[in-house]
Formats: sequence, C-alpha cells, structure tokens
Amino acid sequence: MHPPFNILVQLLRGTVVTIELTVFAALLAFVISFIVGFSRMAKFWPLRAIAIIYTEFFRGTSLLVQLFWVYFVLPLFNVNISALAAGILILGMNFGAYGSEVVRSSVLAIPKGQTEAGVVLNMKPSQITWRIILPQAFMIMIPTFGNNLIELLKSTALVSLITLNDLMFQGKMIQNTTLRTTEVFGLVLVIYFCLAYPLTLGVRWLERKITVGRA
Amino acid sequence: MNTNAETAKVQPMVRYRNICKSFGDLKVLTDINLEIAPSEKVAVIGPSGSGKTTLGRMLVTLEKPTSGTIEIDGEMLWHKTVKGELVPADEKHLRKVRGNAGMVFQQFNLFPHMTILRNVMEAPVHVLGIPKDKAKEQAISMLKKVGLEAKLDNYPRQLSGGQQQRVAIARALVMHPKVMVFDEVTSALDPEMVGEVLLVLKEIAEEGNMTMLVITHEMAFAQEVADRVIFMEGSIVEQGPPQALFGNPHNQRTQEFLSRFRNA
Amino acid sequence: MWNWQFALSVLPQLIAALRITISATFVAFLLACILGLLFAMAKRSGVKPLALAVGAIVEFVRSTPLLAQLYFVFYVFPKFGLVLTPFLAGVLTLGLHYSTYLSEVYRAGIESVPKGQWEAANVLNFSRLRTWLTIIIPQAVPPLIPVFGNYLIALLKDTPLLSAITLVEVLERAKIIGDNSFRYLEPITMVGFLFLITSNLLSLIVQQVNVRLNQHLK
Ligand SMILES: Nc1ncnc2c1ncn2[C@@H]1O[C@H](COP(=O)(O)OP(=O)(O)OP(=O)(O)O)[C@@H](O)[C@H]1O
Ligand SMILES: [Mg+2]
Repeated sequence: MHPPFNILVQLLRGTVVTIELTVFAALLAFVISFIVGFSRMAKFWPLRAIAIIYTEFFRGTSLLVQLFWVYFVLPLFNVNISALAAGILILGMNFGAYGSEVVRSSVLAIPKGQTEAGVVLNMKPSQITWRIILPQAFMIMIPTFGNNLIELLKSTALVSLITLNDLMFQGKMIQNTTLRTTEVFGLVLVIYFCLAYPLTLGVRWLERKITVGRA
Repeated sequence: MNTNAETAKVQPMVRYRNICKSFGDLKVLTDINLEIAPSEKVAVIGPSGSGKTTLGRMLVTLEKPTSGTIEIDGEMLWHKTVKGELVPADEKHLRKVRGNAGMVFQQFNLFPHMTILRNVMEAPVHVLGIPKDKAKEQAISMLKKVGLEAKLDNYPRQLSGGQQQRVAIARALVMHPKVMVFDEVTSALDPEMVGEVLLVLKEIAEEGNMTMLVITHEMAFAQEVADRVIFMEGSIVEQGPPQALFGNPHNQRTQEFLSRFRNA
Repeated sequence: MWNWQFALSVLPQLIAALRITISATFVAFLLACILGLLFAMAKRSGVKPLALAVGAIVEFVRSTPLLAQLYFVFYVFPKFGLVLTPFLAGVLTLGLHYSTYLSEVYRAGIESVPKGQWEAANVLNFSRLRTWLTIIIPQAVPPLIPVFGNYLIALLKDTPLLSAITLVEVLERAKIIGDNSFRYLEPITMVGFLFLITSNLLSLIVQQVNVRLNQHLK
C-alpha cells in the first residue's frame, strides 16, 4: 500500500485495542460507580468510610501514577497481571471513583418528597430506590456519564506508557522506526478524534433529549 | 354527621396520646391528645409554623414523635407490645400499620418519570400485590372519579397543578386507607384551580366512610365538610363543631386568628 | 518489603522534582485561564468566521488525548522550525488542552449574567471591552471558582504525562530512581502520596479563595 496507508493498517490494529480497553474499563467503572456511590450513602458507617477512602485515593493521586504502581510495584509482590488487565482494572477503578460521585449527587438531587410519597404508599425501601429514585436519578447521571466515557477514551492513551499496544503505542512505535513523525502523530490525533467526536455528539443529543423531556 | 357524644362510644380510628414533638431544641408540639372517630372529618387550622403538618406527618410515619403514642384503628403505630411491654416498632410493624393511612401532600409529589396511570397503579401492584389488569381497572375507575380518565398516558408535567393534585388524591385513595391526611392540598395551586380540587375532597367526604384529617387554610371549606374543627398552636387550643368554633370562638387566640383571616 | 531508610534517602530528590510539577501546573493553568476566556469571548464576539474557527479548535482539542497532543507538539513542531523545551512544550499543550474545558465554564458563567447587565452597560455607552472587563467578567467569574479549582487539580494530576516528552517531573524522577536502584515500591508509592497531599492542599487553597472572593454574595 502507498503511504500513508501502510501506516494506517498498523494504527487501526492499535485502535481495536483502544476500543476494547475503553469498553471493558467503562463497564467496570459503571458497576463500581453504583457500588461505591451507594456505599457512600449507606447507614453502616464502616462501609461509608471505606467508600470515602476509595474515592479519595483514586481521585487524589494521579491516573498515571496508579498505572505505574500496578506495572512496576505489583510484580514485586509476585502479582503478575497482563498490561491489558492492569489497564482495564486501573482505568475502571479510577473512573469508577469519579462515577460514584455522579451517582451519589444524582440520587441526592431527587426531592425528598419523592421518597415521602413512596413511604406514604407503603412501599419498601428497596422499591422506593429501584422504582422511584433510580429511574429519575439515572436521567441526571446520563450526560455526566457520557462525558466521563469520552474522558475515559482519551485516558486510555496512557496505557501506552506501560507498554500496552494501543493506538498511541502503535503510533509511537511506528514513529520510532519510520521517523515519519508528522504523518504518524497527525493520523493518531485524527483517529482519536474520529472515535471521540461521535461520542460527544451523542452525549449532546441525549442531553437535549432529556432536558426537553423534563421541561 | 357524627356528634361528639356518639363518637365517644366506638373505638377511635386515630388516637394521639400525650404526643410531644421537638426538632432539636425547637418544641413544636406539646401534649397532643386527639381522638378521631371512624369516618369522622376533622379540619385542622392554625397559624403558620403551629405544627399542623408535623401532626399529620406523624400519622404516616414521616416524623417520629419525641414522646407519646399514636394508634390507628386500635393498633399502636410507633410501638408494639412485646410480652406486655411497649417497645419501639420495627420497619415491618410500621409498614403494616401505615398501610391503614394515606396522605396527600401540598406539593403533590407525583412520580415525574411515570405516566398518570402508572403513578396510580404502582403501589397497588407492588405494595399490595394486586394483579396488573385488576390494578389497572381500579386505577382507571379512581382516575375517572377525579375526572382525569382522559389523561392516563400523560406525564405529570403535562398536567395543570389542579390536575396533578387530583391524580395525587387518586393515587392515595386507590390504596383504600382507613384514614387520610390532606396537608394544605390547595396551597400550591393557582387560585382558579383550587375549586376543582376542593370539589373532589368534598365528594370523598360526602361518601362518608373515609376518616379524614384535613389541614387547611380554606375556612369556608372546613366549615362545609368538617364534623369538627381544631385550632392549634403547638397544642390544641380549641376544638368543636364548625358552627361553634367559627361562630363563637371562646379562646382569645382563636378569635385573633379567625379575625385576621376574615380581614385578609 | 518497605525500606524506610531508602524511602527517606530519596525523598529530597522527589520533593525537588515536585517543584517542577507544581510550577508546570501553575504556568499551564494560568495559560488555560487566559486562553479559555479569549476563546469564550471569541465565540460570543458575533464575528462568524472567528467564532467558527475557535469552535472547531476547541472541539478538536477536547476530543483528542492530551498525550497524543504532547507528542505532536514536542516532536512535530520542530520539523517546522519550532523547537521547544520539554517544559515549554508541556505547559503550552496542557494550557491549551485545559483552556478548552475552561472556555465552556466561562461560557456558562457569562450566560448566567442577566441580559439587563449588557443592556445597562450599553445604555451607559460603555465600550465593548469595558463592558467585558468591568461588568461581565467580575460577575461571571467569582461563582466559577469551585469549578476552576476542580480543573486546577485535574491539571495537576495530568502533569505526570509530561514525563512522556522527557520532562523530569516527580513521577519521572521516581522512575529514574527505580531504574537505578531496582526499588520501585518506595519512590512510586511516595509519589502517589505526594499527589494526594498536594491535591488536597490545593483544594484547601481554592476553598479559601472562594470564601474570600464570594463573601459579598452571601
Ligand atoms: N424537619 C424539620 N426540622 C426542623 N424544624 C422543623 C422541621 N419540620 C418542621 N419544623 C419546624 O416545626 C415547626 C412546625 O412546622 P409545621 O410544618 O408542622 O407547621 P405548619 O403548622 O404546618 O405550618 P404551615 O401552615 O406554614 O404549613 C416550624 O417552626 C418548622 O420550622
Ligand atoms: Mg404545613
């Protein structure tokens, strides 16, 4: 193939890894968001404390430091996980910490009258949560979750620094061997843009749809 | 209409006994003793902050009394008897007794993510365990009663305030409570919508069976539907049949309150 | 496993490198604040081509990873004769990246200033610049301080990416120490704690600034 298309094939191979990483880390982050978010509102204080420590730790340190820690330090404890697993784990846990705040604040944003109406209709606490609070809170979460997903996609590039062969890693490697710096790094930027921008448009569309529905 | 002499003989539907309620240091209610007979309609009036809402919310477990006991239909609400001793009720007991009471809020509190029909069906299906088709039938007939059978598939935000409040009433009624608390159900409404909601309330009252605790600022309405009017200000200051309380109040505070109302 | 003596012996080196991290944070954030405001004003300027061009830049920068941008600025710009030091390339890219977020924040703040304020300024015959500087910005910006604070801290936590373009900031220093001593546990763990401490300190400072600047609103 002719330049720059010969580069493109290799970059697209990395793109697949980037997408995989994004999807799995997002799923993990989603689950963690709810578990940690609800733990922060639990009546049982040790659970609340653990959740707070978790979020403080993941939000207070730095994503790249966390990745390095898993990559350089864990093997010292004879824990050997693949770079892909490490990437998914750390990205998921990190974005889960941010997501838990989204879950918590959305649930707290639902007026108290909604809970009270449920109580007065004699619903069980679990019914109030699942049938009344969560469906409404979820609508509030969607736009922020959407934006976090875009941030997550962009953050996956960091895993290239722990040798996972994603799009960024492939780009850096090809640049090293071919020295076609401008083309390679330009293409990398364009590919990321093509992945992220549809997400941006999708989030905006959802956001509009939700606010129109509410007004 | 019931007279007080008649109601004294039967077991009351609601009994507040020595109820006190404080929020932190703020004493809101002191030593409330109140019995409401089955199917009696009691209107509660009083100045803002006098504890009317608090009184009603305690009956549906939204506020916990600081001391004293409340009974609904002969059953302790906040306590239960274990081996002859009163102990604080657990969630299971609260749910059981609370099933006898319903409440309509000033701010409607409809579920915005559900259609009108689902708002009314949700609790019968998931709390009472009534089959869906049957619950739907009941919900529709209840919505008919409040004049909203045409709005089944609309969402709350598509309805006027008066319509929303009528849905809230249907939602409470469909649970067939023995006693209902109405807390200033017309206060959040535009003036032109007050009438339609009061009309529904009057119909429920005239059907006769429902025991009602109606907190209201609508004196004319209280006079019309209530068997008894209570004027309260942290405690029960004066009570009696509407003609007596409105026509010839004895207590000076009641007089002041009512005169302020007439002038307003 | 954990060797305190080693940890203490490398701490001074880490703290020295942390100074690079912190200066990069502040320089980049200052740049982001200025650029972000300019972008927000340009989008509202009413000059169509300008608004569109700025809009496109903002969308593109926001939709691509910071790391990819860092490589581009550091390795591609020299091909066109613009050779930048790692620090300069780093703060320029970080500043540009975060300015796109801040321009959105400014926009929301500017939109929350009531229309009557613009009209009053118009009636008083203020120039456009004067209106911005004395009427709009003083009302729009103070309420935004908590959000700005969040971005400042986010930016701090992105500075380790500058190690990818050979800037020896605190994480890179830790890695170098690790490479030389074969002990990664202490330096990298300590870097984590240094970030935890620094970000919490910054958040305290932001809270203080917020209280100071927004007192009159209470
Ligand atoms: N959850 C609460 N925490 C603290 N104070 C409360 C709470 N709920 C009510 N109060 C206080 O208790 C007092 C009585 O309130 P309540 O709502 O029962 O009055 P009300 O008679 O219904 O007044 P209104 O006519 O304005 O509705 C008020 O002073 C109120 O501020
Ligand atoms: Mg009230």
